[in-house]
Amino acid sequence: MMKIEILGMGCKKCNDLMDGAKKAAAELNMQAEFVKVEDIKTIMSYGVMTTPALVVDGVVKVSGKIPSIEEIKGLLK
Amino acid sequence: MFQTFADYMTYELLKIQPGTKLAGAVDFFIYDTLKIFFMLIVIIFVVSMIRTYFSPERTKQLLSHKREFWGNIMAALLGVVTPFCSCSAVPVFIGFVEAGVPLGVTFSFLISSPMVNEVALVLLWGMFGWKIAALYITTGLVVAIVSGYIIGKLKLEHLVEEYVYQMKVGQGEIVDMTISEKVGYALDYTKEIMSKVWLYVVVAIAIGGVIHGYAPQDFLAAYAGKDNFFAVPIAVLLGVPLYSNAAGIIPIVYVLMEKGMSMGTVLAFMMSVTALSLPEMIILRNVLKPKLIGIFIGIVSIAIIFTGYMFNAIL
Repeated sequence: MMKIEILGMGCKKCNDLMDGAKKAAAELNMQAEFVKVEDIKTIMSYGVMTTPALVVDGVVKVSGKIPSIEEIKGLLK
Repeated sequence: MFQTFADYMTYELLKIQPGTKLAGAVDFFIYDTLKIFFMLIVIIFVVSMIRTYFSPERTKQLLSHKREFWGNIMAALLGVVTPFCSCSAVPVFIGFVEAGVPLGVTFSFLISSPMVNEVALVLLWGMFGWKIAALYITTGLVVAIVSGYIIGKLKLEHLVEEYVYQMKVGQGEIVDMTISEKVGYALDYTKEIMSKVWLYVVVAIAIGGVIHGYAPQDFLAAYAGKDNFFAVPIAVLLGVPLYSNAAGIIPIVYVLMEKGMSMGTVLAFMMSVTALSLPEMIILRNVLKPKLIGIFIGIVSIAIIFTGYMFNAIL
């Protein structure tokens, strides 16, 4: 199963990105595990400096912005 | 162009009798709103376009192991063009330190980034003219350079939380955007900022218009004019807990200025609100010991107060 992680220290944008990712996965009928990562050490281990960031199966796909649902769909495929 | 449109709206569409007080106020309101909105959209778009060529990752590499002084100057300048929001202050701080950016240089970046921003630039330009806007940017950069330089000289590395130095930062990829992605990013960003600030701007202009007509011109002059020695420090102190973006304080600044507060005090107040914010300090507490936060606030406040006095003396 695909693992989708949202990195960010609990700002509003992180929640927006989480909602977007869930919607995108649902529209694609994809099963995925969603994890919210708020621990700074884990965030840094991905080399991410701007949050929120979207990580799919351990690969950073987007950082520092909230992509549209269509964009997220493209990244999940 | 805006004047023609404002005249048309006031006299043709709203059919307000020319020459009356109301006509003047409405005309002024429409003209100013149009002008400031136009400037905001153009400048935010241009600045966010420039920002797509810079990322915190790239800035970090540019500043890595830079000597102090030149490093502080570069950091303050890069602070203006690197996209940054205070919610990312912690990862940016750790990323910089881990990459070998000196502590003082990192601070120059953290100070200039929120203080010298495009919204402040447009509003100062639109309301007080380009000279005041240029002055704000220049002195903002100087405050960031000098404060960062002093923090560097004080050798305060031991006041950074230990875990920061043990952090292993993964190798993040820098993904280059295509031109159409850059334009898309800039448009999104412009929309996002405009949706946040438009109401403040409209309120500021409306309040400005009303106060302009009623409260006496020198209402504040006795308290906050050039001659009051305490005006600048009090303005700076008031600015720290008052956290908002530049747009949020514009209604206040506009009124203060209209009613006789001197320019140096106004600029100092604006700098304090943008550069020293309580929520950002709370976020930075994750990586800095309380003593370093205190020193940081102290040095930046003194630099801003000094700037305020200087402008009150020469303007």
